[in-house]
Amino acid sequence: METVETFFQWLRQSHGINLTIGYDAWDRAQFLSGLWMTVKLSVLSILFSLLVGVVGAWAQGAQSRLLRLPVGLFVTFFRNTPPLVQLYFFFFALGSILRVQNDAGMSVPMISAFSWAVISLTLFAGALNTEIFRSGIDAVPKSTLEAAEALGFTRLQTYIYVVLPLALRISLPSLGTNLVNLVKTTTLAYAIAVPELLYSAAQIWSEQLNVREMMTILLLSYILLVAVLVWIMGRWERSLRIPGYGV
Amino acid sequence: MWLPPIPEPARNPALRRPGHMDVLLPRRAYAASALNWRETLLNPVSMTLLFAGLTASLIGAAWAQDAASAQPSVFSVLLKWTPLLGEGFAYNVLISLLSMLIGTVLGVMLGILQVSPLMPVRKFAWLVTQFFRNSPWLVLLFYSILLIPFQVTAFGITVPFPGWLKAVIGLSLPVMAYMSEYVRGAILSVPTGQWESAESLGFTRGQTMRMVILPQTVKRILPNWMNLYAVLTMATPLVSIIGVDDIMGYTRSALSAEGRPDILIPMYLYVLSWFFAYCYPISLVTSWLERRYSVKL
Repeated sequence: METVETFFQWLRQSHGINLTIGYDAWDRAQFLSGLWMTVKLSVLSILFSLLVGVVGAWAQGAQSRLLRLPVGLFVTFFRNTPPLVQLYFFFFALGSILRVQNDAGMSVPMISAFSWAVISLTLFAGALNTEIFRSGIDAVPKSTLEAAEALGFTRLQTYIYVVLPLALRISLPSLGTNLVNLVKTTTLAYAIAVPELLYSAAQIWSEQLNVREMMTILLLSYILLVAVLVWIMGRWERSLRIPGYGV
Repeated sequence: MWLPPIPEPARNPALRRPGHMDVLLPRRAYAASALNWRETLLNPVSMTLLFAGLTASLIGAAWAQDAASAQPSVFSVLLKWTPLLGEGFAYNVLISLLSMLIGTVLGVMLGILQVSPLMPVRKFAWLVTQFFRNSPWLVLLFYSILLIPFQVTAFGITVPFPGWLKAVIGLSLPVMAYMSEYVRGAILSVPTGQWESAESLGFTRGQTMRMVILPQTVKRILPNWMNLYAVLTMATPLVSIIGVDDIMGYTRSALSAEGRPDILIPMYLYVLSWFFAYCYPISLVTSWLERRYSVKL
């Protein structure tokens, strides 16, 4: 640790590259907690948005018009409005009426900024996931369904054993793109003061005046996060690949 | 040998008979009927959504009058601020158009470099594309706002860089990267036969690219390009975070000027419906183009 700090001190003194997160324990802790917050935000939103996507795709394929219409409205609305305004709407507008009294009798928000960020990102990415899963289900060839019927599968069995496994493989590439976008969109939480990576980096560079260095570290961190996600998605895609079934 | 004349595309199974082969028919015959404009634009979903903001505002108005009849109604408050919000939205549109212009021009050039025969050029273009494609839009905005000087002096001439111009540059970087990927994909999707026949006709590489390959990619890129524009427009409110005037900034000023918690929900819904009214038609046309150009198998 000593040598690392010495190295960053040297970097600052002889090259003017002031990476405070290398030698200042406080800044480093702030940066790492920001990174951890971004990871938490991303993982939670990814999981919930996948859930929204699966349920939404199922509802959009339902027989009942009563079920299809609200899902269609939800997808159309969230796809065609800016995520930042959605977030503001949730946090400032809905958050202003969802307040409770705490023990001291003060009115406090019922849902924290972090939770609103997760909810907003989940709904935004979930709307896109719904479309992705839906088009994956639609892309399963009809002849495959007929073959399943000929083999004596019931409708539910066809759905579980034939349609879903194929649909998942078809939708994986676009799902990957959308999830990468979701990780990039977590920066919006900065606007409602969730102390995520961008927020903590901004705090560091306004205290230490090392905008250039922190910016570069910030961009590299996001690219690293995205690279990890792309790698996981790539592995998943490869492990699910059916030999001879090119999608 | 006499063959019977090929009839119109036989969607009706009764028309199918030996000698009729669907594959031999022009593909356009199927795709042309894809869109009925009236149905697409006037379907219940789009209509409901277009007026959702308005309805919500009216409901909010009634509710507000219940709460405090002395204050002006929510509806009249929204109406009062509409000219200002309209001005703000015009800034958003202006920023999106300029960024799209810059991003498209740079992106096409970068995309062409990505298929360059020179390995170092190709790798460099790939690296630039991936870098800007995988970094968050907001971080790129911060990057250009904080790192571009507020004015540049060269040869005694001082060129100022106001905030909105920096925002335009910051937003055009991701547009450039996405465009570069679309152009690369589209160029690679043109059959190699096109390259070879152009070469055998004596075209140079530059001529082949300009006169043979790029015109063929337009059709393929167009839906993606329009979708990208819609995404960019929905990213423009980000500029309010870095202090550039836009609809979001004006909305927040209006809200603090009114200082009434009951107009928060109608106001934000109103802003959302501004964007919806602008972006939804674009996405309708995009999906129409996609259907029109897609090859049905």
